[in-house]
Amino acid sequence: MNENYELPLEDAGYSFGFLDEYAKKEVRRCILKAIAIPGYQTPYASREMPMGRGFGTGGLQITLSLIGFQDTLKVIDQGSDDSVNAVNLRQFVQLTCPGVDVTEKTEEASLLQSRHRIPEKPLTQAQILILQVPYPDALVVVEASEARRKIMHAEADYSRLLVKLYEDIVHFDEITISHRYPTRINGHYVIDPSPIPRWDVPKLHQSKALVLLGAGREKKIYAVPPYTLAEPLVFDDIAFRVEDFRDATGVRHACRCCGSTVSFLDEFSNDQGMVAYQCSDSAYCEEQQQTGSAA
Amino acid sequence: MSRKILEVRGLSRIHGKGCPLCTQHTGPEFDTNICPFCGSVVAAHDINFDLYRGEILGIIGESGSGKSSTVKMLYFDDAPTSGQATFFDGAEQHDLFSLNAAQQRSMRNKRFGMVYQNPHMGLNFQISAGGNIAERLLMSDLKHYAEIRRRAGELLSRTEVSLARMDQNPKTFSGGMQQRVQIAKALATRPPLLFLDEVTTGLDLSVQAAILDLILEIQNELDTAMIVVTHDLGVIRLLAGRTLVMKHGRVIESGLTDQILEDPQHAYTQRLVASAL
Amino acid sequence: MSYVAIKGGKAAIDGAAAATDYMRCKNAVDEPIKLSVIEDQLRLLTSRVVSEGGLYHPKLAALALKQFQGDTLEAAFALRAYRSTKPRLLETPLQDTSNMRCIRRISSAFKDIPGGQMLGATFDYALRLLRLDLANEDPAAFRVVAKNFLRNTPEADLPDSFPKVLDALRAEGLLPPLGLMQDPAFDITRDPLVFPVPRSAALATMARAETGSLLAMAYSNMRGYGDVHPTVAELRVGYLPVMLPHPVTGELMEAGEVLMTECEVVAMYESGNAGDMPVFTLGYGACFGHNEVKAISMAILDRALQKGMRDGPDNPSEDPEFVLLHVDGVDSMGFASHYKMPHYVTFQSDMDRLRTTQGKVRKSGETA
Repeated sequence: MNENYELPLEDAGYSFGFLDEYAKKEVRRCILKAIAIPGYQTPYASREMPMGRGFGTGGLQITLSLIGFQDTLKVIDQGSDDSVNAVNLRQFVQLTCPGVDVTEKTEEASLLQSRHRIPEKPLTQAQILILQVPYPDALVVVEASEARRKIMHAEADYSRLLVKLYEDIVHFDEITISHRYPTRINGHYVIDPSPIPRWDVPKLHQSKALVLLGAGREKKIYAVPPYTLAEPLVFDDIAFRVEDFRDATGVRHACRCCGSTVSFLDEFSNDQGMVAYQCSDSAYCEEQQQTGSAA
Repeated sequence: MSRKILEVRGLSRIHGKGCPLCTQHTGPEFDTNICPFCGSVVAAHDINFDLYRGEILGIIGESGSGKSSTVKMLYFDDAPTSGQATFFDGAEQHDLFSLNAAQQRSMRNKRFGMVYQNPHMGLNFQISAGGNIAERLLMSDLKHYAEIRRRAGELLSRTEVSLARMDQNPKTFSGGMQQRVQIAKALATRPPLLFLDEVTTGLDLSVQAAILDLILEIQNELDTAMIVVTHDLGVIRLLAGRTLVMKHGRVIESGLTDQILEDPQHAYTQRLVASAL
Repeated sequence: MSYVAIKGGKAAIDGAAAATDYMRCKNAVDEPIKLSVIEDQLRLLTSRVVSEGGLYHPKLAALALKQFQGDTLEAAFALRAYRSTKPRLLETPLQDTSNMRCIRRISSAFKDIPGGQMLGATFDYALRLLRLDLANEDPAAFRVVAKNFLRNTPEADLPDSFPKVLDALRAEGLLPPLGLMQDPAFDITRDPLVFPVPRSAALATMARAETGSLLAMAYSNMRGYGDVHPTVAELRVGYLPVMLPHPVTGELMEAGEVLMTECEVVAMYESGNAGDMPVFTLGYGACFGHNEVKAISMAILDRALQKGMRDGPDNPSEDPEFVLLHVDGVDSMGFASHYKMPHYVTFQSDMDRLRTTQGKVRKSGETA
């Protein structure tokens, strides 16, 4: 290297959206393909982002490729806008996309990037939900080779995945898949809907909002377009069940803050060692508290 | 009326690059299937036969004779160097070797059955016996859990596997019982064509006899056409109406099994029959 | 109370950043480390970072090492993220490594090679005895080392470039003839790996792979999970002039030079195509910086993967998916780290499944 070379210290700024424009364009092309083939895992080149693989780099690349000055962004992690990772991602977008508005209110956002949850409040046609994905392929639990998985997807051969469910019922009388529930999109491709709880899976079905799923490390983008079939993989005679928040007597636990009995709850021990429940979706919980409309 | 289910013409498989002299300088008369000029192995050459609905065809020969190679090609485990095979499936007719990979997989999963000598080839030892059968049923688009359980139970009882063992892993089973589960699995989709490759080899004599009885019963009940590959004349005698005798990749004799046993024409067949008596 | 931990995220992040920077600066009597010190005195660390970062920029690599306090994975990661902001301006044409200005060059296949062996800077034959005199090194003595070395080394002895050892073997017909690449080289920064991938994609992936991961996979092959049995035909380290087309005339011109390590191994011979003579097989490794173990590991894996791509893998090191999807340091360290993030929702869902299952077992126990 040239001995006289100096680091360009004054040139430390980044362009709008961090990624170079060619990269953003490529991501957008892949998003279009993903929408055109619902549930198909579209490979893309996935750039390195300044946060770790697994921290939402796939979702972030989608967000940065789509976001413009007119957008309002909401970022959530584990249902909360204020969790460490959500704050980190939001700050990064604010830093690299000056002029973009951020919000914690679900209804105000045009783009929502989320890890592990879909907001309780129904989304609209004007919104895009971007889910961060660690494992894009639902078949990975039964087939390690990606080349073979691609063939199985192409032929919609999900028999081995169903055998796993069969074995679960045989041994436990229950399907043991808790989150990342395999979900069939538009009658063909089965997706890993990201580690959302089963509670959120029905929200994908005929969703008014476009749902985009981005896996940065595994370099895949896939989509559940608006008004598209999204059916959890089950047997004809065994119903898909979401998480059960009833106590031993059958009474539904309520959020200790807003009193909601219709939301996904986080369970934890309080200082007195008592088990308490609270809405996982913090924005929803706050709104319930303010309007006092919770059941 | 006997209906043809499979027609095999000129089926050949050469391992290696091959040369124009390969097939002329190998075979029983040269006592080898290795080409002296290019070193290629002529695993099978110019195999021809027909198979009819409900019929059991035997293929007998020593190891390296080409009997397993023949079945592997028909089951798409290996691709032929040349030749045709036509599968008559009801009103449909399929040229097996011009099917694409997806069509071949679909054919294997839904219309053919295979029972291997080694149960590890045919069974998934990570799941239960019932799960193994469920997999086949699920491939043919049955998605009703209770119905899958009922069908799997039925198949296991039919192959005389105790229902109490349905939810156990087949790796804990005896060799004979593993073969029964394999047969149940192969029959799950009621395939019109079943391949059996040395399925009784290595089992106790009494267990062998019971499995062979089971195969005959199934043939009677389901009218399944079968190709039975074996080196054991006893198996052929009991199961096969017609037999191909193979040596060094060639069919050296074929016809009704009784006739071959009573009046073997080829010197090799004569030795084979004599040694078994 | 565990739940609150994910609240107040902003304050927590700011606090963590401050604490991290404190760790760097806590010893007030120390001098802030200068980038040139890292680049020169910790040159192999810098080499590792430019190689794994896939960006030849030793100064930024030194900066990243300083900022991330010596963590090579993090430093390489920062270079990659920096690179994500830069467009690709042009495709590099093929570079000829026989033009390399070598600082070290050896062959274990031949005692004598055209141009001669050149040991150069290496720890290979150094005794790994701690030099306690370095603990409190006198700056004057430090300067004398360099002065003496340069004074005692006759400059004229060194040729500008060396012939490749493989050329001699090829001339003798012991190697397959050089084939022309049919397709343009696969650019892993622009296209994802969709298997099967061409050899150029495998080479590019390994060139910026994490050194330890690559070594572990190659070592498995050396020990017996594989059978490459390599001989190092040539290992060279040096500065390669980078030739780029002139933006106006299109003519190739030297744009600068990069420090590289290149390794070519010769492995067991194979019968060629019909009618051809059997010839040795080859494995190729190359990466930015001075990273000999990495280049050797890569060359062995290249050979193993060529076999796997052709005949199907018999060992993990021959399986392109297994090797190429698991050697990237940025991917693997990121994912290992992500397990530290909150997983409350998924764990809640896990508990629901376990409790339901336990409930069923309990009920069946009661009725039994």
